[in-house]
Amino acid sequence: MSTTDTQSVTQPTPAFNMLRTLGLVATISGLLVVLSYRITLPMIEHNKQMAIERALFKVIPGAISRKNFEIVNNKIQPSGDKPQGIALYAGYDANGQLKGVALEAAAAGYQDVIRILYGYDPYCQCIRGIEVLKMAETPGIGDKINKDRNFVKNFEALEARPHASGKGLQNAIVPVKHGSKTEPWQIDAISGATISSTAVARMLNDASQQYVPIIINNLSVLENQE
Amino acid sequence: MAALPDKHETVTLDTFLRGLWQENPVFVMLLGMCPTLAVTNSAINALAMGLASTFVLVMSNSLVSMMRNFIPKQVRIATYIIIIATFVTMVDYAIQAISLDLYNALGAFIQLIVVNCMILGRAEAYASKQRLGATIINGLGIGAGFTFALLCLGVVREVLGAGTLFGFVLFGENFQPWVIMILPPGGFFVLGAWLLIFNWFRDRREQAERDLAEVQNER
Ligand SMILES: Cc1cc2nc3c(=O)[nH]c(=O)nc-3n(C[C@H](O)[C@H](O)[C@H](O)COP(=O)(O)O)c2cc1C
Repeated sequence: MSTTDTQSVTQPTPAFNMLRTLGLVATISGLLVVLSYRITLPMIEHNKQMAIERALFKVIPGAISRKNFEIVNNKIQPSGDKPQGIALYAGYDANGQLKGVALEAAAAGYQDVIRILYGYDPYCQCIRGIEVLKMAETPGIGDKINKDRNFVKNFEALEARPHASGKGLQNAIVPVKHGSKTEPWQIDAISGATISSTAVARMLNDASQQYVPIIINNLSVLENQE
Repeated sequence: MAALPDKHETVTLDTFLRGLWQENPVFVMLLGMCPTLAVTNSAINALAMGLASTFVLVMSNSLVSMMRNFIPKQVRIATYIIIIATFVTMVDYAIQAISLDLYNALGAFIQLIVVNCMILGRAEAYASKQRLGATIINGLGIGAGFTFALLCLGVVREVLGAGTLFGFVLFGENFQPWVIMILPPGGFFVLGAWLLIFNWFRDRREQAERDLAEVQNER
């Protein structure tokens, strides 16, 4: 130890050596990072597409293909290269018949924001399924919104009928205590996970109040997509 | 730690095995506690985190070892951090390419491999002084020890807390999972239990060695 100390006193490291090493390491680092980014980019894009499609075909029963739309100024239009409004996916069956649309919704849960994709069937005017995209709810408690059979059953045909005035829903989507669901627009909450269940109900209600009338008014745009 | 030679180490089986047992990063050196507690709520998460950390450890320490005569002491920490961050970024992309589900499950803890002191500690204490071959073997050993320790926690926590192992259901419908085990407190409980077992074994072994030495001295 002492020998190296005297050495460093007599021979200080030239500034050039330090710059050379840091510069070289930073260059190698840049090359490796950019290289791995370029190599993995197509695979990551593909994974993201697959994830969306898997969720999409789950929440729109019977769909086998999709088209991307967006909601801009209360109108629905096919989405271009640059996203301009709220993304909306339409699902079609083998004959090109519209089976439903899917949108994202989000609200604060127990731990963090819960993000879901939900499928809306404009013919029965009901929600046909939800798929959790991201959540950090407590395992065994709040994460049941994804698997609890009774809870998932709420979304087989959850009514979301537009109001006659063309604004909002006829009946707001509301959560009710476990076992007391009587109306098709109510969500039977999971007992012990009221907060997470309420978050799902709230995000579905907020999103439906806003977008269901628009979907129903622009149905022809979605249907004529051959 | 005290056994670390300043001279070049000759590669033996012990270069590798030390990381698994005597210098196990989790059970003996208590390094890398953040991923150890945070991502061992399932066996697959534990395995993925162990392998990712091993990759970063071996690759970054190899580069440090190759450049060891070329890195001035004044800038060594900055250099090590850049090297480690590079390989962490590569692992981050690789995991996203392999599986987004896995990536989401591991969350921010992939990026946090950068600050795993097991890796920086190895660079400073070993790779900066040793030849490439020894560094790779030693890094693989330490990485295997880390992965082994994470798996020890992940397997116990998943079996007790979810009733599954690598996602396969182990028990019948009536099994009531012990949910606390996959929550943060379960991480501390299980780590504590493993440390107890590990140290008990070590004590017994050392006691046996002492007894043997005594017997030999008396002769
Ligand atoms: C550690 C801990 C985690 C919890 N996680 C959740 C959760 O993720 N989602 C939730 O709705 N409630 C969670 N709860 C329970 C809520 O605090 C609350 O008790 C519950 O939602 C009330 O449900 P109930 O009205 O059906 O009894 C958690 C409670 C504790 C102590």
